[in-house]
Parts: sequence; C-alpha cells; structure tokens
Amino acid sequence: MSLRIVVCVKYVPDATGDRHFTDDLTVDRDDVDGLLSELDEYAVEQALQIADEADDAEITVLTVGPEDAKDALRKALSMGADKAVHVEDDDLHGTDVMGTSLVLAKAIEKTGYDLVIAGMASTDGTMGVLPAILAERLGVPQVTLLSEVSVEDGTVKGRRDGDTASEQLEASLPAVVSVTDQSGEARYPSFKGIMAAKKKPVESLDLDDLDIEAEEVGLEGAWTKVDEAAERPARTAGTIVKDEGEGGKQLAAFLAERKFV
Amino acid sequence: MAEVLVYVDHVDGAVRKPTLELLTLARRLGEPVAVALGNGAADTAAALAEHGAVKVLTNDAAEFADYLVVPKVDALQAAYEAVQPAAVLVPSSAEGKEIAARLAVRIKSGIITDAVDLEAGAEGPVATQSAFAASYTTKSRITQGTPVITVKPNSAAVEAAPAAGAVEALAVSFSDAATGTKVTARTPRESTGRPELTEAAIVVSGGRGVNGAENFAIIEALADSLGAAVGASRAAVDAGWYPHSNQVGQTGKSVSPQLYIASGISGAIQHRAGMQTSKTIVAINKDAEAPIFDLVDYGVVGDLFEVVPQLTEEVNTRKG
Ligand SMILES: Cc1cc2nc3c(=O)[nH]c(=O)nc-3n(C[C@H](O)[C@H](O)[C@H](O)COP(=O)(O)OP(=O)(O)OC[C@H]3O[C@@H](n4cnc5c(N)ncnc54)[C@H](O)[C@@H]3O)c2cc1C
Ligand SMILES: Cc1cc2nc3c(=O)[nH]c(=O)nc-3n(C[C@H](O)[C@H](O)[C@H](O)COP(=O)(O)OP(=O)(O)OC[C@H]3O[C@@H](n4cnc5c(N)ncnc54)[C@H](O)[C@@H]3O)c2cc1C
Repeated sequence: MSLRIVVCVKYVPDATGDRHFTDDLTVDRDDVDGLLSELDEYAVEQALQIADEADDAEITVLTVGPEDAKDALRKALSMGADKAVHVEDDDLHGTDVMGTSLVLAKAIEKTGYDLVIAGMASTDGTMGVLPAILAERLGVPQVTLLSEVSVEDGTVKGRRDGDTASEQLEASLPAVVSVTDQSGEARYPSFKGIMAAKKKPVESLDLDDLDIEAEEVGLEGAWTKVDEAAERPARTAGTIVKDEGEGGKQLAAFLAERKFV
Repeated sequence: MAEVLVYVDHVDGAVRKPTLELLTLARRLGEPVAVALGNGAADTAAALAEHGAVKVLTNDAAEFADYLVVPKVDALQAAYEAVQPAAVLVPSSAEGKEIAARLAVRIKSGIITDAVDLEAGAEGPVATQSAFAASYTTKSRITQGTPVITVKPNSAAVEAAPAAGAVEALAVSFSDAATGTKVTARTPRESTGRPELTEAAIVVSGGRGVNGAENFAIIEALADSLGAAVGASRAAVDAGWYPHSNQVGQTGKSVSPQLYIASGISGAIQHRAGMQTSKTIVAINKDAEAPIFDLVDYGVVGDLFEVVPQLTEEVNTRKG
C-alpha cells in the first residue's frame, strides 16, 4: 500500500523584507514579497527522503492561504512533491491558530494520510504549536520537533533535542511529525523539477468543501484578538569606537559604568 | 479571589527560573495554583510557596517521562477541571507551548504564545507579544474560553511573596492518546557549569568571525569573567564550532538578558529575532557597516582576537 504523506506548508512574507501590520492588525501581504516559509522546506525535504525509502509513496503539499500562496505550493512541487491542495476562501482572512488548525485538519482528513509532516514553526507567526494541535484534532500521535526522522514498517522514529535532554521517540502511523532546521539541508529545485511542477495537479478547496462555517474562522471567528500593534521605537544610537589598541579597555570601562563589572 | 493555574517547569524537583517569573505575573491576575508533574514533583513546593503559590497540585506518575507531551496535557486538563481557573499560564519552552496548545483545543479556548508581559484588563488578561523579529510590539486578548497563555523567560522579575503552597495530590486518568508516542531513550544535556542560556543575566555570543571551534575558548573566557552564558550564531553552529543548544535566534533560543555581547556576528534578521529585546547590547566586529551596529549601545570596530582577550583581562583586573 502506498504511504500517503501530507506536508503542511505556509506562505509567509519574506523575513528579510520590511514586515508590517495592516489597519485591521493582520499581516500586510502587499508590501513584502511572499514565499514558502524557509522552515517548511525542511519538511518537504524529509517527506522526499521518507518517500524515497518507501516502496511506494505519494506526497501531497497542503496550504491554507491567499491566492498567492500557490507560489509556495509550486516551490514544494518543484522540489519533488506529487500534488498540491490549496485551501482558499475570502472568509479565512485573519484566522488565528485555532481556525487554521481546524481547516488544515479537515483538509488532511479529506485528502487521506498516513503521515503528516510540518515545519517546526512558521517564520511569521512563529508559534510552533500547529503540529501539536493537528495531532490533537486528528487523534493521532504527535512526534514533533525532530532533528532526525525515519519511517519503517508503519513506525515513525526520531530524535527530539529538548531544553534539558535529547529524546528518542517512536510512534505508530498514522502520525503528525514536525522537523527542525537541524534535520538536513533542503534541496534546491532542479530545472527539470521546475518544469515538471507546472504540470502537477493543484486542487483548490473552499470552506464549503470542508464543511466549515464562515463563523468558525476569519477575524470574526478568531478566539484571540489583537488590540494594538506598535512599531518598536528604534534603539537610540549607541557609541561606536574604532579599536586603536585600547578597544577592549574602553569596552570594559563602558561595562563598569553600566555596573556589569 | 480568582485562581490562576501555573504549569511548573522543573528538573527532578528543581524549579526553573521562568516558572518563578510566571508566578509574579500570575499574582497580577489572581491566586496562583501550581501544577507540578513527574519525578520530584512534590519537591517543588517550597520554592513555589515562597514565590506565591497558594496550592501545589502534584502527580509523579511514570507516564510523564515515558511518553511525549500528552500525559502532561491530561494532567493539566484534570487540574483545570478541578480548579476552574481564570487563566492558565505556561512557560514558553518548546514543550510548554505544545502542552498549552493541546489543552486550549480541549477546553475550547484561544491561545496566545510567547507573551513578554501580562496585565489584568477589563476583558481578561492583556498579553504583550513581540512580532516580526521584535520590530513590532502587540497587545492581545483571548476572546473565547479560559485564557491559555505561554510566557517567555525574562518577562518579569522573580519576587518573594510567601504563600501557603499546600501540596495536594492531583488525580489524573490518562487518555488513550497518552501512550501514543513513546520516549525510548533520553540523554540529559551535559551541564557546562555556566548559567542557562535563556535565564542568564549576561550572554556572550560568537559567530562566524570566531573562525573555529578552538577559538570559542576566548568567548568562553569572556563569559566566565562576567558569569555569563555562551551563545552562538547559526553560522558558528552549522560549522560545527559550538552545540546547537547554544544557538541564539529564530531557530535557536530566544534570549532577553540585561547584557548581550556579540563578537564576530553580522546581525542577520534571524539572529536579531532571538536577541533584539536584550536590555543592553554590545558588539565587536571588524566591519563598521555590519547591521549589528544598528542595535548596539556600545560597539567596537575591530578584530575580536585583539579586543575580546583585552576586555576579558580588563574585566578580571577590575574584579580584583
Ligand atoms: C506575529 C503574529 C503573532 C501571532 N500570534 C498568534 C497567537 O498568539 N495566537 C493565535 O491563535 N494566532 C496567532 N497568530 C496567527 C497564526 O500565526 C496563524 O493562524 C497561523 O496560521 C498559525 O500559526 P503559526 O504560523 O504561528 O504556526 P506554527 O505553529 O509556527 O507553524 C508550524 C507549522 O505548521 C504549518 N502551518 C502553519 N500555518 C499553516 C498554513 N496556513 N498552511 C499550511 N501549513 C501551515 C507549517 O508546516 C508550519 O511550519 C499570529 C500571527 C502573527 C503574524
Ligand atoms: C529560516 C532561517 C532561520 C535562521 N535561524 C537563525 C538563528 O536561529 N540564529 C542565527 O544566528 N542565524 C539564523 N539564520 C542564519 C542567518 O540568516 C545568518 O546567516 C547568520 O546569523 C549569520 O551568522 P554570523 O553573523 O555569525 O555570520 P556572518 O553573517 O558571516 O557574519 C560574520 C561577521 O563576523 C565579522 N568578523 C569576521 N572576522 C572577524 C574578526 N576577526 N573580528 C571581528 N569580527 C569579525 C564579519 O565582519 C561579519 O560581520 C537563519 C536563517 C534562516 C533562513
């Protein structure tokens, strides 16, 4: 039987751009270029490696996001994924993590899966909780934040490097996995991959297709509310000295003045 | 007065500092009731009582260590049902966030992660978060259910506030999901004898400019002269010069110390994401145009191999 892998990928504003909030305090997507969250490339990479090891596997990449989020799907397809699912609906604007996870869980169930692979965190929201929530919603084991992962005989194994210890984990499929940026360099799409991606199927779904009511998602349906967003004042310009042989001593004097020594 | 549930992060009964900070914030919202799980749970009570916990609910079942995350969610949910708190606060470790998020789904509540401050508000707790690599500060609330909020280390001062801290056994019946992910082996991280990176008052970091694993000795020597933790940029970690557990930045640790000293680090946005909220920032870099200098209170343009050893020596001399 074929191993069905669903990779969750997010379309985010480029972190090296000048990111802002709009007037309704959601992410401004107009002024900054969007891209596939770099940390989700690691998820696509591990999916490709797991699929290589399996006798027969199919990789679906899934995103919940605006029209332009197709770019993120194309990138993942050009890396080697087989097909894509794009959940897009105007009512999704401003959805929080509870709404997003509800939509993703329904879309994953509709697609069919043995293994869900996500990134460790998005580069915009950076919550790092969505994979755990998906495991809770889908009712399957959570095997998250792995720096090493393998799948064999219906079992997923991996290493999770925690704050105080490194743990070896094991669970039966179906399961939800997330991988860190320590899991291995993501490949660059080849020219052949980019050409092939243009012909791969991208299925579009809206809320109706997933039996989700508009009230359950979006800014209105969110269970959290952002009341204020203020740009952090620029740090006041500091003192910069050029080392003429006394730089270390000058710095020590500064630290002493600030009572650090 | 309303009770506030505080999830305790501890290692074999030794309470980690972010939990004590959380008690300071919890007292702004109500009376803290602590939940301590796993080996040594009851040993946490004295420290928690000293910092304001009116009650300490404990359970030391083996499941907490043998299986990933879910047993702790079951226990926190049991505590939630027993206490009916006004809010649930959890330290923002990777595991803490996952526990909090799964609890929030179960009790149909919104969740806010990585708060850096918390105040009582007319419509429930108001959380301050920093967004987009700390270039924005937001204030948010939870509008559905009992607020579940995770809070970053160094978000509040640890304050003594003696309270009863009565230990009570917490009854937990584990769900079927609890045993889903088995922990088959665990290797504790070796202690370096230096302060914990996320908790340290001073962090001394090295980057690609350090140019070799052996050269990190000069970064460590400076750190030791100041009683500081050692950090590293991803470039230094990827090169294999320093362990990933010491990486500062978006995919490493996020730190907010009183003093951050960056040597041979350019100041890429992903590095800044992990240190930009430090109180005082100092950099040593041979390139006067390096973006890290935009953040500094004090910067030295120069060769770190000259400046850092001289600084260390001068600090040691001044300490006498
Ligand atoms: C600055 C900021 C702060 C926020 N704070 C909160 C908050 O405190 N509470 C709250 O409820 N919401 C919050 N949100 C909204 C939240 O980020 C989104 O709802 C988001 O879709 C889920 O959270 P995340 O991106 O942080 O996910 P993470 O948990 O960081 O994502 C982990 C992984 O989940 C997958 N994933 C995440 N989103 C998608 C997607 N749309 N499509 C496919 N896969 C995906 C990816 O594999 C990703 O690597 C915040 C948003 C921003 C921009
Ligand atoms: C998704 C993603 C996540 C990332 N997460 C992180 C993260 O968590 N943490 C992180 O740090 N990075 C992260 N990065 C990488 C980040 O973009 C930078 O590549 C990295 O921070 C660069 O490290 P650096 O400053 O040490 O190296 P460089 O940018 O190469 O800078 C080295 C600096 O050292 C100076 N220098 C060289 N020799 C000397 C000398 N003798 N004396 C003084 N100065 C000298 C140079 O002038 C230069 O400014 C991430 C990137 C991505 C895409």
